[in-house]
Amino acid sequence: MDQLQMHMLEMVADLHSIPEGAYNIRDNGELSGRNTTANIDIVSKTDKPGIDIIIKPGTKNESVHIPVIVSQSGLKDLVYNDFFIGDDADVTIVAGCGIHCGGSEDSEHDGIHTFHIGKNARVKYVEKHYGEGEGTGGRILNPTTIVYIDENGYMEMETTQIKGVDSTIRDTKAELGDGATLIIKEKIMTHEKQYAETNFQVDLNGVDSTADVVSRSVAKGSSTQVFNSKIRGNNQCYGHTECDAILMDEGHVNAVPSLDANHLDASLIHEAAIGKIAGEQIIKLMTLGLTEQEAEEQIVNGFLK
Amino acid sequence: MLELQDICFQVSEDAEEKEILKHVNLKIEDSFVAVTGPNGGGKSTMAKVIAGIIKPTSGKILLDGEDITDLSITERAKKGISFAFQQPVRFKGLTVLDLINLAHGEVLSLGDACKYLSEVGLCAKDYINREVNASLSGGELKRIEIAMIMARGTALSIFDEPEAGIDLWSFNNLIRVFEGMRESIHGSIMIISHQERILNIADKIIVLADGEVRAQGTKEEILPELLTASGACSRLADKIV
Repeated sequence: MDQLQMHMLEMVADLHSIPEGAYNIRDNGELSGRNTTANIDIVSKTDKPGIDIIIKPGTKNESVHIPVIVSQSGLKDLVYNDFFIGDDADVTIVAGCGIHCGGSEDSEHDGIHTFHIGKNARVKYVEKHYGEGEGTGGRILNPTTIVYIDENGYMEMETTQIKGVDSTIRDTKAELGDGATLIIKEKIMTHEKQYAETNFQVDLNGVDSTADVVSRSVAKGSSTQVFNSKIRGNNQCYGHTECDAILMDEGHVNAVPSLDANHLDASLIHEAAIGKIAGEQIIKLMTLGLTEQEAEEQIVNGFLK
Repeated sequence: MLELQDICFQVSEDAEEKEILKHVNLKIEDSFVAVTGPNGGGKSTMAKVIAGIIKPTSGKILLDGEDITDLSITERAKKGISFAFQQPVRFKGLTVLDLINLAHGEVLSLGDACKYLSEVGLCAKDYINREVNASLSGGELKRIEIAMIMARGTALSIFDEPEAGIDLWSFNNLIRVFEGMRESIHGSIMIISHQERILNIADKIIVLADGEVRAQGTKEEILPELLTASGACSRLADKIV
């Protein structure tokens, strides 16, 4: 693996070497490395680009890494990854896509991930998106995540996009069964003229299903962010959605939380707060000896930590 | 030593000039100075003028003989001025440990960071990784604010009503904290307070009312007069106690 590939893997999957356990590395639309384990199988799809990741019931404390690297200017990569997580499994899945654009043509990766989470299974899903490169071409990432959680299943999704992605539309849809839990933590920072749109739609179908969808974002430069979060309570359930955004420069954030209660015992909450960094926060850190710029950096880094 | 020379501060209110500080002259050279006086008398404004948060309309501020009047908040902080706010600021995402480290200027060992929290009566393991957000109570925030000043350990530490918002039980501990700090901090401490027990441990008391220094002297000189006077200050003190 060359230096650029290793660097991108580090940025999107915190990997410093080939990961332990199961993995599948996709580089410029091609398979670049794969490992399976006794409990986790990875199979290429035959009808369309993508893979099936099959995790046996009862698999505990194993991880799957499926990073994607796009370094070829002008490449438009579309991939379908389906995850089948067996009952009672407890696994960590690390996805992520890094685009290094060195040319003048747009590079794009659209990953469509579908999760079928079995009864009592627990999944931690970590997804990072990152762009870089000296080229003038756009770096575009449009991830779609579809989640089905069976009885008492649990999924925690951490999705992060901090740097270098010019345009993104992130769609996440989830359907939860009885006692199922979905926790989403989204972190986004946009710069310059970047555009980031997030669309969450969660259907709480099961008795005592729970969803907590929290987004923290920072809009710098003249970037634009759109946050749509819809939670539908179709049974006795609990749902919470929160959007917290810091505006800087001429950033623009449009937050549209939406709650749809279709059951008497659905308990749904939304919160949204958008604003610039409070002046008193900067002053406090300046009284500790930080410059105004250092104070801003600390506040933003802490906010997105 | 900090010196205020003829400090004035005016604001425009309804097209009228209002004088918040009127020709304030002060020297802070003692190790423990308490500033008291009625609300609205200009105490907090004076503290902010010293920290550089408010620029005076006229006058000079000298720190160890150097004119710092035109220096920024950051520059003054680096020269050794610390300021504990009356209403501490909340930060989403920054933890107690982050703030203690920022205050100290470099990353402390966990043990050292905990030491500062223990000194203000907070059990470090419960707090060190907590976010300094709305989940902390006013009293907890005040103590963290004081711990930050201790972690800085600068030549001049200013506290703006550290007792405000702290319950009676915590207040007894707070007095002990300041008594201890008096011994441990190598520099001057200036506390704005209405509390007799804080005034009682001061080397010097300054009474600021209506933007003017009304009196200054030792506690033996100032306290009897303050406590017997029918001014708002003693009444306030009674109410808080």
